[in-house]
Amino acid sequence: MNNFSYIQADKAKDATAAKRDDKSAAFIAGGTTLLDLMKLSVENHDQLIDVNMLPFRGIESTKDGLRIGALERMSDVAAHPLVARQFPMVAESLLLAASAQLRNMASIGGNVLQRTRCGYFRDTAFPCNKRNPGSGCPALTGDNRNLAILGTSDACIATSYPGDLSVALIALDAVLTLENAKGKQRQVPLTKFYLLPGSTPQRETVLEPDELIVAVTIPQTEMARRSKYLKVRDRASYAYALVSAAVGLEVQGGTIKAARVALGGVGAQPWRCFEAEKALVGQPATEATFRAAAEVALRGAKPREHNAFKVEMAQNTLVRALSEVAAA
Amino acid sequence: MEIKEKENAPTNIVGKPLNRVDGPAKVTGAARYSAEVPLAGTVYGVLKTSAIAKGRIKSIDTSRAEKEPGVLHIFTYQNLPKPAKTPQQVEKWRAAQSYLPMQDDRVQYAGEPVVLVVADTLERATQAAELVQVSYQAELPIDSYLDPKAELFDPQTIQSGKQPGHTERGNPQAAYAGAPVKLDATYVHAINHHNPMEPAATLAVWEGNDRLTVYETTQNITGSQTALLDVLGLPRDQVRVVTHYLGGGFGCKGSVWPHTLITALAARAVGRPLKVVLTRKQMFTGVGHREDQEQNLKLGATTDGKLLALVHTKKATTSPWDNYTESNSKVINMLYACPSFGATYELARANVMTSVWMRAPGEAPGSFALESSMDDLAHQLNIDPLEIRLRNYADHDYSNDKPWSSKSLKQCYARGAELFGWDKRNPTPGQTRRGRLLVGHGMGTATYPVHSAQGTARVRLFADGHAVVQSGATDLGTGTYTVMTQVSADALGLPPDKIRFELGDTRLPTAPGSGGSQAAGTVASAIMEAAQDVWAKVVKMAVADKKSPLYKAKPADVKVELGRMFLAKKPAKGETLVAALARSGQTDIEGSASGKYGAGYEKQYFEAADSDDKKGGNPNQEKPGEKQGQGHSMHSFGAHFCEVEVDPELGTIRVTRWVGVHGVGTVLNLKTATSQLMGGAIFGIGSALMEETFRDPTYARYTNSDLASYHVPVNADIPDMTIEFVPETDPYINALGVKGIGEIGIVGVAAAVANAVFNATGRRMRSLPMTPDKMLEALRLPA
Repeated sequence: MNNFSYIQADKAKDATAAKRDDKSAAFIAGGTTLLDLMKLSVENHDQLIDVNMLPFRGIESTKDGLRIGALERMSDVAAHPLVARQFPMVAESLLLAASAQLRNMASIGGNVLQRTRCGYFRDTAFPCNKRNPGSGCPALTGDNRNLAILGTSDACIATSYPGDLSVALIALDAVLTLENAKGKQRQVPLTKFYLLPGSTPQRETVLEPDELIVAVTIPQTEMARRSKYLKVRDRASYAYALVSAAVGLEVQGGTIKAARVALGGVGAQPWRCFEAEKALVGQPATEATFRAAAEVALRGAKPREHNAFKVEMAQNTLVRALSEVAAA
Repeated sequence: MEIKEKENAPTNIVGKPLNRVDGPAKVTGAARYSAEVPLAGTVYGVLKTSAIAKGRIKSIDTSRAEKEPGVLHIFTYQNLPKPAKTPQQVEKWRAAQSYLPMQDDRVQYAGEPVVLVVADTLERATQAAELVQVSYQAELPIDSYLDPKAELFDPQTIQSGKQPGHTERGNPQAAYAGAPVKLDATYVHAINHHNPMEPAATLAVWEGNDRLTVYETTQNITGSQTALLDVLGLPRDQVRVVTHYLGGGFGCKGSVWPHTLITALAARAVGRPLKVVLTRKQMFTGVGHREDQEQNLKLGATTDGKLLALVHTKKATTSPWDNYTESNSKVINMLYACPSFGATYELARANVMTSVWMRAPGEAPGSFALESSMDDLAHQLNIDPLEIRLRNYADHDYSNDKPWSSKSLKQCYARGAELFGWDKRNPTPGQTRRGRLLVGHGMGTATYPVHSAQGTARVRLFADGHAVVQSGATDLGTGTYTVMTQVSADALGLPPDKIRFELGDTRLPTAPGSGGSQAAGTVASAIMEAAQDVWAKVVKMAVADKKSPLYKAKPADVKVELGRMFLAKKPAKGETLVAALARSGQTDIEGSASGKYGAGYEKQYFEAADSDDKKGGNPNQEKPGEKQGQGHSMHSFGAHFCEVEVDPELGTIRVTRWVGVHGVGTVLNLKTATSQLMGGAIFGIGSALMEETFRDPTYARYTNSDLASYHVPVNADIPDMTIEFVPETDPYINALGVKGIGEIGIVGVAAAVANAVFNATGRRMRSLPMTPDKMLEALRLPA
């Protein structure tokens, strides 16, 4: 870890301007990812800009859906009655993540920007194309058990976002509100926020250096209300997903009218399964339908030595989640 | 000597679930762990460790780091003061690893210390360490015994010479070849790391150039002292090691590691107290591990399930210098009534640090192989798993042909089966469902040896009715302070709050380390013996004191119980030790003695019995026909019963019920003992289901060295557990009949879980940990 200076921003503009003016600075909210990476010298910032005083708070219903301020804490969002009632998969994805202590600290904006748990990324003694572009990727032939099978490239097979919340958010077409140093805001759907690794795995999102996440808005739909987040992991709590599924269904008279499906733990980014959704819509809500959709969802998977199990596990997880939502 | 200690053993407080006497100090922060000892002028050392696993250091550029504020010293192999002797030059080096880094430009394992930066604050030392640039000439390392470059060799001896590498009893190959029932299975065990809560730390302070005090995180202060004085070339009285509190160790703090030696060497040059605390990441390459290994077990039996032969071979990774490997075969040799047994070891040198004992080293993985194969045998012959163990019940120790000093395993089996409801188990695998989940029941046998040890204690009884009792033991956090307070209280007839038990300092009487489950029995015995020294002195005072009711009594006629002296034939006539002492005008009286544990105690007992009139518990009289002096085999035994739920689509395995019943001699404190056995089982469930460190095959470097990705069980993984003890009296093992309980709790646990998984799914899991990916793969294959 290197020495760094610390400032507290009272206004969004101060924060974004400071970031614009200092390429090596970073925003800090809960700090639960950032401080770890700084201690590991994976991220080396000379300045931290504390954004916790900014007014990016509140959980409220709007005409566009549920709006959650970026500085709301995971635990507060999970416990909010609107979230629990109208967006069960969001509440579940939060409660199944991390530990109680981390959820009390970690912000929603920071959660969306979590970085990979790939062991090669997190240890500066290893080559890593994400951390040190062009240095190579030992994960291709090494410890890839927890890494991605969809959307990967020869440069990087990391599950770039290893967490849970964004999997639910991406399934529900959530939209991020971003604000830059000019005070200008823009809306970016989560489906367009993350970048696939390609040959530039160091670029993970479309966020500009001077942009802050202000809020996330989740459209209110039947599928959000009738939804589930199912997480499979090595131990019962405090573990990243081997595989997770966020699913929502709208079923009428036994027929699926609309569906939302996303997978965690398998994609180079939170993995929205549009094709699987298409395979579900108009079909009877039966296990056979779910199984067929699950096969579509994993089509094109590129498993490696230690993560080949994820194909079957992800399919089974998806079938289980869909079955449980359909039966609920 | 009669076993009067046993007869007189007071039962007022020993055995009771007394709360931890050090609890308030720990929860209020008053307890100082080794890295928390406040010493004026302390400076901070930060280790920079090697980025490669094999090769040479080309250059070290310290120029930027040196300019940082507060930086006092930067040590490298070029300027670290040389030891008087390197560990490899020491004649009897007892620590696990004999290689001391920072002696030359070679690098032999990833994470080996290469630079020590010393600054006035931890932050400045950390920053400066970051700025030191080390460039390497890397060579291709060997990552494990599975590496194609690795060469397996026969080590002849293992555990750095302490154990034989070959064992043969009967004619195991022929017996196996001729056996009507044969099983041949291979078991794999992942690398495990101990991961105690408290990281390793060394705070070294020199007085002049030749007196050193080290506040150390060690389970064995004397072992650390010995290693330090050997390396520093100092006499024993000039090296003091202090460990007042430990936040766990599980074996990784039972040895001496490079950071301690390097800190001591550097501190002399620094001239101020120097503190080095390993980071969590450094804990994965700084204090050993349980090695990656595979075992093959060939089991031959009769068609009614009686064992004829066990042939065990083990392959494992070891370091470039030391032939350390766990001795898995010992437990396989002794647990059952098997007429023939053979064991061999094959090791391969790789670029890893020396592995080290980790909670039940050998017994834990060895029992996984044996108890899994016994379950296979039971299934194959359609015999209940408990029944097959009873059919092979060893009425004596077949590995050495000795009688047991005590064995309550049948009672453990019976009580465990009753508590668990074993009779309701469905013997056909894959038949029991709970919703979507498959449910299975399994069991495993636990055992752990009573090793031979001795230690010394000092008891100082004060006339105002309190006592200070001292022994250079350590408390891993498991309760040494508490149980020794109880033993002392009963020995002196004082309430526990009138006892101050002190430990963890080489200035105190020497005691064994907290390892091999030997500390409690040894130190408790030493305290009993030392208390008797006090008794004898006070009795002598009383019989000469006109005011004493015992005036003019013969000391031999006086008994002492719970701190009260009285005439054996007229118990009403007597007084307390404290009353007699108070009247004497002396402020205090001191006694000291050594106590023995295990075979040494028994030997002493035999010799005393020979010279005595052979009354009392002479084993020859109790067991006629036994050879004089042959001695007993000494073990604790227990049984685990386990229920699991397996999700057949997702591959997850959860333990849902647990019963453990153990026979461990005298239980000193029901609460701490229950916690020990419960903790052992949880430790075993961790190794069974999730604990694994992954070493990259190309770089021979760990990829998951943190507690987020090296999984140990969390509360949600563990059900309510039932832990019980069966009453057991053992006169042969030590003055109080105490068997160690630190390790038996893990033995047989992984097999119990695997056996339950087999019962649930019909799939035999032979590779630990049994993670969901392996379970899914097994389920894909036909049963």
